Amino acid sequence: MFTSIFFYFLASIAIASAIFVVLNRNAVYSAIALVLCFFSLAVIYLLLEAYVIAVLEVFIYAGAIMVLFLFVIMLLNLGLEDAFPYFRHLQRALSLFMVGLFFVGIFLIMFNEQGILHQPGEKFSAGDIYALGEALFSKYLLPFEVASLLLLVALIGTVYLAKRKI
Amino acid sequence: MDLLGFIIILVKVLVVFAATMITVMGMIYAERRVSAFMQGRLGPNRVGPKGLLQPIADGIKFFMKEDLIPSGADKPIFILAPAILLIPALMTFAVIPFGSSITIFGREIALQVADVNVGILYILALTSIGVYGIVLAGWSSNSKYSLLGGLRSSAQLISYELAMGLAVVSIILLAGSLRLNDIIADQQGYFLSWNVFKQPLAFIIFLVAVYAETNRLPFDLTEAEQELVGGYHTEYSSLKFAMFFLAEYANMITAAALTVTLFFGGWDVPLLDESSLGLLGAILSVLSFILKMAFFLFLFIWVRWTFPRFRYDQLMRLGWKVLLPLALVNIFLTGGYLTLTAMK
Repeated sequence: MFTSIFFYFLASIAIASAIFVVLNRNAVYSAIALVLCFFSLAVIYLLLEAYVIAVLEVFIYAGAIMVLFLFVIMLLNLGLEDAFPYFRHLQRALSLFMVGLFFVGIFLIMFNEQGILHQPGEKFSAGDIYALGEALFSKYLLPFEVASLLLLVALIGTVYLAKRKI
Repeated sequence: MDLLGFIIILVKVLVVFAATMITVMGMIYAERRVSAFMQGRLGPNRVGPKGLLQPIADGIKFFMKEDLIPSGADKPIFILAPAILLIPALMTFAVIPFGSSITIFGREIALQVADVNVGILYILALTSIGVYGIVLAGWSSNSKYSLLGGLRSSAQLISYELAMGLAVVSIILLAGSLRLNDIIADQQGYFLSWNVFKQPLAFIIFLVAVYAETNRLPFDLTEAEQELVGGYHTEYSSLKFAMFFLAEYANMITAAALTVTLFFGGWDVPLLDESSLGLLGAILSVLSFILKMAFFLFLFIWVRWTFPRFRYDQLMRLGWKVLLPLALVNIFLTGGYLTLTAMK
């Protein structure tokens, strides 16, 4: 009972802050709202007893990635939405289409009685760092390595962009 | 959880909070006196015996000052920023064990607020949140000096967080756990089982990174007085400035406690089995923890008044081209050693 009230409280914070991210015109406020969203997600992970995932969510997304975002926003010192004024119509149409597609997908899953939402998932103790490491390096080895390859490519790209003459 | 357990946790929270605050006051006094001593001055010695009440006088002064908010400032964020910096700084101590356990009325009480099984990750996550306070304070002040201080600090903290995290990874590899209690248990017994002897390179990297993370000299570029007036807190006054001040010292206390826990056996008294001595053992363990921590707090002051400030490009070079590769090599060596010993 208490847990579910707490869950709905957190979920509403997450959704409200996510909406705030999109609707607000000040990029710094959006970034802060996104951090708040990450925090509420992290607490939801805690409710699921996925401690490692919760801490990593704060550590990596809120602590590292969003700080870099904020850094760039402050460095560019963006005015109120003066980015890409020419693409606005196309952008709006495209984003509406994508959002529509997303919602259709969600409703299809929600109202399908045999859907994924109605089946209990595989019991996986993600609160345990050993189980997580075991899974990453055995069952999910290929996706793990592919992801690291992707990061390496991004790293090489950054070095190339930053240093034209090598 | 029963009521008694809840009360015990509440008491522990209060004790740890009060101890942190008192240590902050002690540190402020010690910093002024020790710096004066190192420069051949007397330092504050008028308020109370030997000037011991000086921190209280400072606190009262903070209360009485006018609280200014610059007219061009972004008001909500300007008010929020000191709190964002202070709260994680005070929360970090929750997972650090400051003694073994005591038994009262047949109930064993661990001298630690929360025994989290991802303790070290919790600390790293919280320290990375503190950056927001500095960055947002710099941005919302609408001042060039503050903004420069904020930008510098975010770059600096991100750079050194990596080296610090990687230095900790080798400790985690040795202990085989993220729980701070397990890391301490791994170092118990003889002197040489402390991690500082097992992982000297990790210790040096960690110590340097800690000074950068707490914005202390020789890495205090975020508030370099000669260039930036005051850095990210240039426009702050009164209690909001006091919160920044408090956060800096709270961060130092946590950093010292973490250094002791990771590299100097935490509350471990060398060559002594604390659990066999009962209450005396527990008291000895707390004393040993406080003593070790006091040394590292003193080291913070000592270093501050001994070394000149780094230049910004030197700071970045040290972080990315020296500490980071060294930390990676250290992880590689530790992993290799552990694999070889496991094969035998």
